[in-house]
Amino acid sequence: MTTLVASFRIALRALLANKMRSILTLLGIIIGVGAVIAMIAVGSGAKKRIEEQIASMGSNLLVVMSGSATSGGIRFGAGTVPTLTLEDARAIASEIPGVKYVAPAYNGIAQVVFGNQNWSTLIYGSTPEIFEIREWRLVSGRSLTQQDIDGAAKVCILGKTVAENLFGGLDPIGEIVRIKKIPFTVIGVLSPKGQSTWGQDQDDIIFVPLTTAQKRLFGMQFPGMVRSISIQAMGPEVMKNVEEQITELLRQRHRIPQGQDNDFTVRNLTEVASRAEESAKVMSLLLGAIASISLIVGGIGIMNIMLVSVTERTREIGIRMAVGAKGKDILLQFLIESLMLSLMGGILGIAIGMVGTLVLVHFTQWPTLFSLKAILLAFLFSGSVGVFFGFYPARKASLLNPIDALRYE
Amino acid sequence: MDALIQVENLVKIYQLGEVEIPALRGITLSIERGEFVAIMGASGSGKSTFMNILGFLDLPTSGLYLFEGIHGEHLSRDELAEIRNRKIGFVFQGFNLLSKYSALENVELPLIYSKISGSRRREMAQRALSAVGLEDRSHHHPFQLSGGEQQRVAIARALVNQPSVLLADEPTGNLDTKTSGEIMDLFRKLNEEMGITIVMVTHEPDIASYAERRILFKDGQVVEDSYSRL
Repeated sequence: MTTLVASFRIALRALLANKMRSILTLLGIIIGVGAVIAMIAVGSGAKKRIEEQIASMGSNLLVVMSGSATSGGIRFGAGTVPTLTLEDARAIASEIPGVKYVAPAYNGIAQVVFGNQNWSTLIYGSTPEIFEIREWRLVSGRSLTQQDIDGAAKVCILGKTVAENLFGGLDPIGEIVRIKKIPFTVIGVLSPKGQSTWGQDQDDIIFVPLTTAQKRLFGMQFPGMVRSISIQAMGPEVMKNVEEQITELLRQRHRIPQGQDNDFTVRNLTEVASRAEESAKVMSLLLGAIASISLIVGGIGIMNIMLVSVTERTREIGIRMAVGAKGKDILLQFLIESLMLSLMGGILGIAIGMVGTLVLVHFTQWPTLFSLKAILLAFLFSGSVGVFFGFYPARKASLLNPIDALRYE
Repeated sequence: MDALIQVENLVKIYQLGEVEIPALRGITLSIERGEFVAIMGASGSGKSTFMNILGFLDLPTSGLYLFEGIHGEHLSRDELAEIRNRKIGFVFQGFNLLSKYSALENVELPLIYSKISGSRRREMAQRALSAVGLEDRSHHHPFQLSGGEQQRVAIARALVNQPSVLLADEPTGNLDTKTSGEIMDLFRKLNEEMGITIVMVTHEPDIASYAERRILFKDGQVVEDSYSRL
């Protein structure tokens, strides 16, 4: 204990004796640790935002879109030809194992009017399952019921953006809005989800019963047609299987012969999202790796300066050995010195990294996230850099022959 | 009666590549407690090599070395360090003080490695400084002290752990005649009044004459061993 305290004091004095040199060496570590802290904050901030977006989209999500129309060589987008029916949705629900919820949907854009306010938005006709699949929660009012669907009730649930634009601060529940001049009673307001992965405002939406959309709003050529079917699988492991079975089932039901293209598309939205998450992960890993390289460069700086220091102080080492310092005393002295440098650099680096990140956030509004884990990790990493790069010079010092060291000029 | 230091047929050979350079070719002598011995000889006579072995800084190639009954031939580096710390006090020609440390801290140095607590260290170091007449210089740094004072700090450092022997290698080599005399008077006082055993290497007959016994080395062998007092 006495020796350890003494070693700390000896190390501190040695560092203070060469202030400029110590500060410059420290700087290498400060920059390294600061970079690690800032980069991890930026990386995990981006990752967190993507995770939130994915969570807002709903998990294990598959969407079947009706096929594209071709007219005079011009192909229209997905959903332009009504090839999907309510029966398809029911078949998927009943015949494919691993499916948790199925929600057929018929949607379109329409103008919505309340009092002297109006707003153009997406009208999404679907069944109550859609709220489970997309993980929509209500902030007030009630959800759609089977009776609403059966009776093609003129009720609607507003997304946050729509509610704000039409009602401002008023409570919309029980009010009447007009969609395509048809009066609808507002029965619920949804909690906000924010932007989707691709930057679309997910709250700019009105939900109505599927049947209402089909029959009253978007007068259908073919009754029972739906534009899309949202499906939630039981878990991520059955996604691939469910996707294949849906394709097979729909090809059968639509009597598509072998070798001909599908008249529908199945999109695995979770896959898209998880790819975005993957790339965010790779990015934060890459950022961290680049920052770590600068930390390692800082460590090499420590090693360099410690080697110089050992050579410079060969005579001191000889004197210490002559009066009874053992190899391990000398080793400890130099190791503590490099450890002090790296840990001091670590602490200052953490502070500077955090300040730097806050400055970055101020100018760029990037999402960032500090985690205690990352900070501890950076601190420990800097400590191990000190031990790792300090060990060789310290060992070199401890193995000096006292006679040669004493004679060293 | 056991001698403090007893060497028999001590041989040290330095290996320089293929060439063997014998530095000591069979030294046999013994030094009793309380003696003040001067080891003399031209450079290359092996006297410094002999001192290094006596001081446990180096190991002999062959022969017997008994120090207070301890065999000094086959010790590990740590064991050598331990003996240097507790039993040996070194005084060097170039003082070898740590320039960043005060006189007191320099004297404390051996005590750090004997794991003595801070307050006790300061007390012991202060006492050692008083013994060499530097009690009022304890907070001076080496560059603020004269050569003679620096050497006295070094002597205090050598004495602070109450070693069995004080080994001095050309202790006056860097000092003028007057200061050399003062240092030698101090040595004699330490030897006579405190009974400290001193072994000193010097090539100056004037300095050697302060000792009561003079051993002359030549080509790694003892050629003369005489007792006398001025």
